[in-house]
Amino acid sequence: MSLLSVEDLRLSFGGLLAIDGLSFTVGEAEIVSVIGPNGAGKTSAFNCVTGFYRPTAGRILLSGREITGMRPSGIAGLGVSRTFQNLRLFGEMSVLDNVRAGAHLWLRQNFVDALLHTPRYRRTERECTEQAHHWLDFVGLRGDRFGEARALPYGEQRRVEIARALARRPALLLLDEPAAGLNHGEKAEMLALIRRIRELGIATVLIEHDMGLVMEVSERVVVLNFGREIADGRPEDVRRDPAVIEAYLGRDDEDDEDDTDDTDDTDDTDDTDGKGGADGKGGADDGDGGGDGDA
Amino acid sequence: MSQLIWNGLFVGSFYALVALGYSMVYGIMKLLNFAHGDIYMLGAFTGFAILGAVGGISPGMALPALLGVLVVTMGVTGLSGVLLERVAYRPLRNAPRLSLLITAVGASFTLEYGMRAAAGADPQVYPLRLGGTSAEILGARITLQQIALIIVAVALMVGLNLLVTRTREGRAMRAIALDPRTSALMGINVNAVISRTFFLGSALAGAAGVMAGAYYGKIDFLMGFLIGLKAFTSAVIGGIGNIPGTMLGGLLLGLLESFGTFWLGGEWRDVFAFGVLILFLSVRPTGLLGERVTERV
Amino acid sequence: MTAPGATRAPALGRAASRLLDSRWAGLAGLVLALLAPFVIATPYALSVMTSAAIFVMLASGLNMVVGFCGLLDLGYVAFFAVGAYTSGVLSTRLGLPLLATVPVVIVVTVIAGVVIGAPTLRLRSDYLAIVTLGFGEIIRITANNLDVTGGPSGIYGIPSLATSPVVFYYLTVVIVSVAVIGASRLGRSRLGRAWRFVREDEDAAEAMGVHTYKIKLAAYIAGAVWGGLAGVLFAGQLSAISPGSFTFLQSALVLMAVVLGGMGSTPGVVVGAIVISLLPEVLRDFAGYRFFAFGVLLIIVMLVRPQGLWPHRSREASS
Repeated sequence: MSLLSVEDLRLSFGGLLAIDGLSFTVGEAEIVSVIGPNGAGKTSAFNCVTGFYRPTAGRILLSGREITGMRPSGIAGLGVSRTFQNLRLFGEMSVLDNVRAGAHLWLRQNFVDALLHTPRYRRTERECTEQAHHWLDFVGLRGDRFGEARALPYGEQRRVEIARALARRPALLLLDEPAAGLNHGEKAEMLALIRRIRELGIATVLIEHDMGLVMEVSERVVVLNFGREIADGRPEDVRRDPAVIEAYLGRDDEDDEDDTDDTDDTDDTDDTDGKGGADGKGGADDGDGGGDGDA
Repeated sequence: MSQLIWNGLFVGSFYALVALGYSMVYGIMKLLNFAHGDIYMLGAFTGFAILGAVGGISPGMALPALLGVLVVTMGVTGLSGVLLERVAYRPLRNAPRLSLLITAVGASFTLEYGMRAAAGADPQVYPLRLGGTSAEILGARITLQQIALIIVAVALMVGLNLLVTRTREGRAMRAIALDPRTSALMGINVNAVISRTFFLGSALAGAAGVMAGAYYGKIDFLMGFLIGLKAFTSAVIGGIGNIPGTMLGGLLLGLLESFGTFWLGGEWRDVFAFGVLILFLSVRPTGLLGERVTERV
Repeated sequence: MTAPGATRAPALGRAASRLLDSRWAGLAGLVLALLAPFVIATPYALSVMTSAAIFVMLASGLNMVVGFCGLLDLGYVAFFAVGAYTSGVLSTRLGLPLLATVPVVIVVTVIAGVVIGAPTLRLRSDYLAIVTLGFGEIIRITANNLDVTGGPSGIYGIPSLATSPVVFYYLTVVIVSVAVIGASRLGRSRLGRAWRFVREDEDAAEAMGVHTYKIKLAAYIAGAVWGGLAGVLFAGQLSAISPGSFTFLQSALVLMAVVLGGMGSTPGVVVGAIVISLLPEVLRDFAGYRFFAFGVLLIIVMLVRPQGLWPHRSREASS
């Protein structure tokens, strides 16, 4: 049985179909990349799997258990961790506190412990801090751990976000463009990091635009276009797949920039709802109000 | 029965007038302008000051005088709204929402107690009252002044709706409400449009303030607090950010209150109104005609 | 995202702030509070100081909601009222000593927290602000209209917790200190971290398995209990309570104390609360302008120094 299986997933925002019958699976400790042009529905799919969007139709199973429509925290509780396309650290908290967030669920401590500083409180806090240090070591953070997370350089913040996700001790890790904005050296380190994560027995799904990284690290590649899967296979096979070549090269590769322009990115930057995004009529009835320059 | 309906519609039209400013500002920049009710209060006092300066007005001239005062007051409160936005809200537009809300509370306090310092804590008697010849229409006792005020309120609301739906200016507002960043990229001067939105909303609230002063006869520095809450409730009932919805919400809240008061007694009137607010927010936060109110992910 | 100007403290400032943030600052404050009656012990001064201490407790309770969790509660005084009225009604109607009403007060305030929080905490943060404001008014108007709460004139003859004002003052200081330390400990615990995660980024917190709704509700309940217990002290101090003590103005003042002192900073809100409650005593001549000044101050603080007078320090000590 596969760790994650997505079956005939559909998601629409008003009239707009973001995902149109997507199915794929991820096995234990497998590294799968999801690629596709901007607006192909990659991040939307991530948001469905992690519970941030409620799919219009289809099922999502984690180790055979249906998680469709569960609360994000519930899904996280079952062992799914994620990072966000545009870094979502707790900026005004210390780096260590950020990673401690990952430990939230397995930390056994109640408010009496907290009020009285019981031995259990001291023990759990110590363990939690040790774990946080451990994962920061694991991702190779060089910067200041005790200061605010937002003070770190961009590349370091990416590492902290991954450390935070790992501290959750997930079975499945979803990385949304982990290499975006990194320089060449940092990308190489990210590649090594992803491999080391796999050695922990954690399955990783990544959305990535950097084809070099994708081809290098993935065991399997799923290609999306217009919310649909157009290929699924080993990197070297996918690379030669005519449908994939058409999707990418058929229309020049100006898609490579990760600017915010079309549906997929709107998911993260705009006011599309987290929960019932599916039944929205917002898009529909403001459509004319937007007045796309008909002045 | 028809008296209750009439009373409800009358009060409701005041709510609607104030609620529009709330709703427009919320729609365009997702800000709950807590000070909006105090702009209404400012309007009542501005009208009061103007009337005091002009001196005695013969009863026959009451209505034209009121309209004149209304126009001037709308200008004054409109500009106050613009100033408020410029000073207190604009610098925080990219700050966390909590900061903006707290600033709005501060602005509300500043207006209320600034007015208290300027005009005193005791209620002031409005120098102008409309003559109250009442007529019996469909079983409800209706005074001419009520009819006059409702006509003014409706005219203002219709005017606003035309402005927002039919003009270039209105289109720019709606565009910014949908997506401020893209609007800016498309060459819309976002700051100017927000300023104008504040002007319009505050002008309407000011008009409502003058009308309330002339109708109820007494004004005080805290008069905006409760109506601010009621206006917000109206906006929520109708769908915040939606102009026809907000008008509908105002009238509906007026009606609900009118009937609620009848059933439960006047002392529960405000409790009833807030109960309606909480009910709506829990059950249908988008309001009756509202667009989806959504939190970004 | 956030307003500029958070940490640019040079080494000297950092050392100073470390000294201030240490428990020594708290201890010094406590000693000061305990010595105050030896300096001035007129009944009036004692009553002002007792009120200030109770106000500190309110501020530390609201700080859990606004400062730690980032939820703007504009009707916080509702919980204060619930606590005061519950103990007032029980002690006068059933003849219970004030202390015996405390368990009931805790239960009632928890219920109040759930009743107010449960329907509203799913809403956007700004809706929450206005709904809590509405709730605050509902509680006040209800107290004003019911017979059991004594209507507009309120409840008289509530037994005090102590025999003399001095003893009551000391008792209050001790209780408030425990409450402040408790709030601060909660803030540093797993729960408190979760509150801050929610404040910083709700989605990221959810993604880490934090059930944001429950966590927010917990903040609300904690705030409610703190406010309710402060209400018991208030009832015991004045021996009479009426709806006039529980207006929006009171909620706004507590909020000001939190914002002025520094949201999320325990020493900050304590100082903020003392400043807000003692300032009117110092500036008697400007009574008419007091709230006007508070309003302006609130805007200025948000524009110029959103982190407050004594900001929360996110930097951890590297041990």
